[in-house]
Amino acid sequence: MVESTLNDLRPGEKARIIKVLAKGTVRRKLMDMGMVPGSEIEVVRTAPLGDPIEFRIKGYSLSMRKQEAVNVVVETIV
Amino acid sequence: MADNRIRVALTGNPNVGKTTLFNMITGSRQHVGNWPGVTVEKKSGFKMHKGYEIEVVDLPGTYSLTAYSLDEVVARDFIVDEKPDVVVQIVDATNIERNLYLTTQLMELGSKMIIALNMYDLAEERGDKLHVENMEKILAMPVVLTIASDNVGISELLDTVIAEKQKENHHSREIGYGDEIESRIIEVEKVLSQEDGLASRYPLRWLAVRLLDGDENILRKISGSSVALQIKSILESVDIEEYEALMADKRYEVISAMFPQMCERCMTRMTTSDMVDRVMTNKYLGIPIFLALMWGAFELTFSFANPFMVIIEMIFVWLGETAAFYIRPEWLASLIGEGIIGGVGSVFLFIPNIFILFFLLSMLEDSGYLARAAFIVDRVMYKIGLQGKSFIPMLLGFGCNVPAIMATRSIEDRMDRMATIMVVPFISCGARLPIYILFAGTFFSKNAGTVIFCIYLLGILVAVASAKLLRTTTLKGHPAPFILELPPYRVPTLKNSIRHMWDNGSMYIRKAGTIILGGSVVIWLLAALPWGVEYGSEDSFIGIVGHAIQPLLGPLGFDWKISVSLLFGFVAKEIVVASLGVLYGVGDDELALTDSLLADPNMYGITALSLMVFSLLYMPCIAVVGIIKKETGSWKWTAFSVAYGLAVAWLLAFIVFQGGKLLN
Repeated sequence: MVESTLNDLRPGEKARIIKVLAKGTVRRKLMDMGMVPGSEIEVVRTAPLGDPIEFRIKGYSLSMRKQEAVNVVVETIV
Repeated sequence: MADNRIRVALTGNPNVGKTTLFNMITGSRQHVGNWPGVTVEKKSGFKMHKGYEIEVVDLPGTYSLTAYSLDEVVARDFIVDEKPDVVVQIVDATNIERNLYLTTQLMELGSKMIIALNMYDLAEERGDKLHVENMEKILAMPVVLTIASDNVGISELLDTVIAEKQKENHHSREIGYGDEIESRIIEVEKVLSQEDGLASRYPLRWLAVRLLDGDENILRKISGSSVALQIKSILESVDIEEYEALMADKRYEVISAMFPQMCERCMTRMTTSDMVDRVMTNKYLGIPIFLALMWGAFELTFSFANPFMVIIEMIFVWLGETAAFYIRPEWLASLIGEGIIGGVGSVFLFIPNIFILFFLLSMLEDSGYLARAAFIVDRVMYKIGLQGKSFIPMLLGFGCNVPAIMATRSIEDRMDRMATIMVVPFISCGARLPIYILFAGTFFSKNAGTVIFCIYLLGILVAVASAKLLRTTTLKGHPAPFILELPPYRVPTLKNSIRHMWDNGSMYIRKAGTIILGGSVVIWLLAALPWGVEYGSEDSFIGIVGHAIQPLLGPLGFDWKISVSLLFGFVAKEIVVASLGVLYGVGDDELALTDSLLADPNMYGITALSLMVFSLLYMPCIAVVGIIKKETGSWKWTAFSVAYGLAVAWLLAFIVFQGGKLLN
């Protein structure tokens, strides 16, 4: 079990969300989209140009830029 | 309100088939407008069902009601302030868990609610087991299965709406937020109840929850009341940010407790959509596919529309000439023929473009590809201060800026959208090409192609630089976070796309049309008055204005003739060439115009270059002004766009002309 931030994960890796560090509207938006502590999240792929990243959370696909993903602390699940 | 009238609000997440359901219910009995005071589109419609007149109001699609965006505020305010009889939430049956988040927030508003569990066929196809009865019991509201695109379940949904309306009392389920927060909720509620006005307008528990959730919009709502200070002091004593997280967490906790009883085997698995995405957003194939699709959409929008545009132009030219032939006196013939028919013509000219564009955009959006396109180009667009969704409008700008600006509607963030609208006019549209062809062809015959290419490139550079500039000044800040759902791929329906095309096309005619027509008539008046002058000649008002502003344009190398033709260019860029023909006294004969230009002692290569640069950058045409006003909803931004374009055009043309003179 390793603690890291979402942007560090590679496609195919799964993790559990520990904390959302973002502030203000970004934080709220992330939470609205299901990024709450305890949720499972999987990296699906990165865009062809390397950013943004596509994740799978709560059964749907969500994309966000690396700079937003940095704000989500996760623990990897093996 | 009479007993047989029912008002229904339609809500739901984006991409759940809300628009399709709305269209299915209301058919052609729709009204499209704006919500009061904001530029968010409002759609409502009527349906007669079993003797009841049901009014359906389509609220903006949102993931939440936390007032993160204008759409959320509009949706929420409608439910709390207008108190519709029934609120229908459309839930995507293949994505129930995330959709329920909105449900938990809607429940707190205290309205009668119904869930339309849409696209249940897709969920069942992939092996999900939906337990509708459990869902009804747990949520304490009726659940109706629908397939909006196939008109399945619509009638049952309307039956349920009528049944709900007739129910005497209803109790709504509440989310419990845990002891600590609950005690705060009670505390806030108690304070709020001291103000008489509030309890009659809003559910107090909801107000308390929203306040503790850090909702500034609600805080403003109660700021005028007598209890505002007391509330403020309570809020200051708690850690709002922590509460915010705890409450979101609690909602999802409640959902994950309910969810397994509503749907079995509803877990994530590899779907067809994922397989499609393996190709569409593939590391190597993604970009070529994207470029091919964009090229296709561009070609269809402009090449396919071209013959229709030629026909429309011919019809209006013929109408204008016929009017000029039959109508007497002559001034009236000219007003009707050139001013009004010409003006209406320039409104209708764009219709093939706009219709085809919105048809294709709707296809791209409904299929789910539009979100992927944004996903693919976001990185590049972010670098210049815009975002993934800004790409399509800018690309379309090369064809025509009018539909390009309309296409910015898919950008949710207002600042990102404004920035995109402000830079689109610098993208060189098709109508500017005749000017380049005339002047590059006349003065740079051998290198005409290179010169024209450089002009296009300059347009792109100015657009990019302007985006950067706006992002550090008026629209300060980085593009909004790109937290975007990539909805599953679906087959778009022809009916929906045609509907979308029709709605946007007719909206363009009504809203932008009046401004375009008005502008055309004003220019006609300037060209035709004072009484008795030759249309658009040196002695007309436009000629006089042209002379008057010539000193301003002199440093760019322009004489009065160029100045006048640039004034005509406000109506449409293609008129610049035609009006030069009139001013040089050669009419439509382009060869003669080339000769006259070459013979003119005031015209050199650098004058031509300066003129092309100026034409590229100053206000594209009256139609663009009309659409900017319509889309931004603001005269201030419209004026800014025109003024900024003129300033940039003047500055760069000045540098080209004066720089060129120094080098010579």
